[in-house]
Amino acid sequence: MGVAFKKPEALSDRHTHYCPGCTHGVIHRLIAEVIDELEIRERTVGIAPVGCAVMAYNYFNTDFQEAAHGRAPAMATGIKRVRPDLMVFTYQGDGDLASIGMGEIIHAANRGEKYTAIFVNNAVYGMTGGQMAPTTMPDQRTTTSPFGRNTTDVGMPMRMVELLGQLTTPAYVTRQSVLKPKHIIKAKKAIKKAFTYQLENRCFTFVEVVSTCPTNWGMTPVDAIKWAEQTMLPYYQLGDVKVPEDN
Amino acid sequence: MGKVLMKGNEAIGEAAIRAGCLNYFAYPITPQSEVAEYLSRRMPEAGGVFLQGESEVAVSYMIFGAAACGERVFTTSSSPGVSLMSEGISYISAAECPAVFINIMRGGPGLGGILPSQADYFQSVKGGGHGDYHLLVMAPAGVQEAVEMVMSAFPLAEKYRNPVMILGDGLIGQMMEPVEFPDHLKSEPSDKNAWATNGIASRKGGQRNLVKSLYLDPEELNAHNMKLRDKYERMAEDEVRYEAYNADGDFEVLIVSYGTMSRVCRTAVDELKSQGFEAALIRPQTLFPFPGVPIKEAAARPGCRGVISVEMSMGQIVEDVERAVAGIKPVHWYGKCGGEVPTPEEIVEVVRNLK
Repeated sequence: MGVAFKKPEALSDRHTHYCPGCTHGVIHRLIAEVIDELEIRERTVGIAPVGCAVMAYNYFNTDFQEAAHGRAPAMATGIKRVRPDLMVFTYQGDGDLASIGMGEIIHAANRGEKYTAIFVNNAVYGMTGGQMAPTTMPDQRTTTSPFGRNTTDVGMPMRMVELLGQLTTPAYVTRQSVLKPKHIIKAKKAIKKAFTYQLENRCFTFVEVVSTCPTNWGMTPVDAIKWAEQTMLPYYQLGDVKVPEDN
Repeated sequence: MGKVLMKGNEAIGEAAIRAGCLNYFAYPITPQSEVAEYLSRRMPEAGGVFLQGESEVAVSYMIFGAAACGERVFTTSSSPGVSLMSEGISYISAAECPAVFINIMRGGPGLGGILPSQADYFQSVKGGGHGDYHLLVMAPAGVQEAVEMVMSAFPLAEKYRNPVMILGDGLIGQMMEPVEFPDHLKSEPSDKNAWATNGIASRKGGQRNLVKSLYLDPEELNAHNMKLRDKYERMAEDEVRYEAYNADGDFEVLIVSYGTMSRVCRTAVDELKSQGFEAALIRPQTLFPFPGVPIKEAAARPGCRGVISVEMSMGQIVEDVERAVAGIKPVHWYGKCGGEVPTPEEIVEVVRNLK
């Protein structure tokens, strides 16, 4: 009998430090499957963010760099410019990418840096303990918005995919999620498409993944998925916002 | 190749290429923008990488990403820009990646001014970013020496797997002098496969490399800092460079000065001699590691009444001079920091009138 299902070679044997019900594990696996399928593991460099995924380098079996908060797009730029033959992906959360790293991501996208950005949006700062992020939903309670996000005071949540999608430089910009199996299947296809565009040296590639954070949301994993579907998905609509033109 | 007349900033850019560094990321800032302007034309011609980043913060991480792949890479900036790069410099130092940073200093604090200054001594030598780290800091006193220091910076950065800083005042960048690019300073990049994230395929054995600075375990972080400390001590043992002038015979006063300021001091030493007053000059060529031992030995000479630090800053390097002299002789300071360079006449006057 052949092997029907196995751990991707691009994942290590380490147990993760992620909380029960966290979706980082699913997203890690999707990336690792794509790396295996494209046979690029030995020339891939991942870039870990600051945030819950800072130790992502323990779980991937590829070369890895660890960035400062928000700076992963600049590091990816540095690698791709001097070693365009390497495959580079960044893995950033919403506090990291949409707040402190806003300048770096917009300019990397606008220059058309040919790497793959995986943007995990769970509407909250995770590692630092559940503070408000630029992506926190209206009225969502966090440790720094204890009465709920007041949008007249701090504005509406930022939609990174729409923001990057309106740049004129060719790019692949898409929003996916891993809330339900059907979403996971689509997210995998999008991640594979992004890595393939990079492999073909086509364009900047950006995959947002709407995710959950049961711990910091104070919910069970099941309730967290329901809340994300009901509250986040109507605002963070799924699908491609931009594809390279000759696609 | 013979001598050519070049502006310091352009010569610095050319020196990096001649040293075998073909990767440059930068952000424009006066008075060093000519490096970026020169390399925007020259790098493509040399088959290298030129990229203008969106900020000095981003540039320091472009440098980090490229350096972590084991590629030779450098940037240039000026004081306010180096403040912004200091975050990245701390990470690069922590992650032990070789890279070269060049600061063509202007007046501060804040926006300060655009004229020459030496007010970033503390920032460069004591660590401008957070945490316990040091850069190997070299200070040229002319365009030719800037070229030689840039060319030697890359192998030094690789030897110690540590960022090297070339600290030049605005005059070094802006003035034109005849220069040549010595062939003997060309070098091949050292072996990087043991640590660089250049892809698993590039090394036998299939181990994967990780470049990071996070050590959550206190013992591990302490061990990491001890390892860095050992490295800085090795630098102190092997890399101190300085030049002594008129220091062989007897002298009354020892002047310590670096960079362009030291050239003015040299003229002052000559002028003093013609007036029958003997002063010696020690010019640190490396600021970290600091030439404390030769300064102390010179200060200890029987005829030496005192030491004076002459700098284009409000008393920065003087602290290291005091530490070196350790109270055996009085240590004085003279300086200006608005963009004017003290003249030989001023220095002669100050030295003659030292109590």
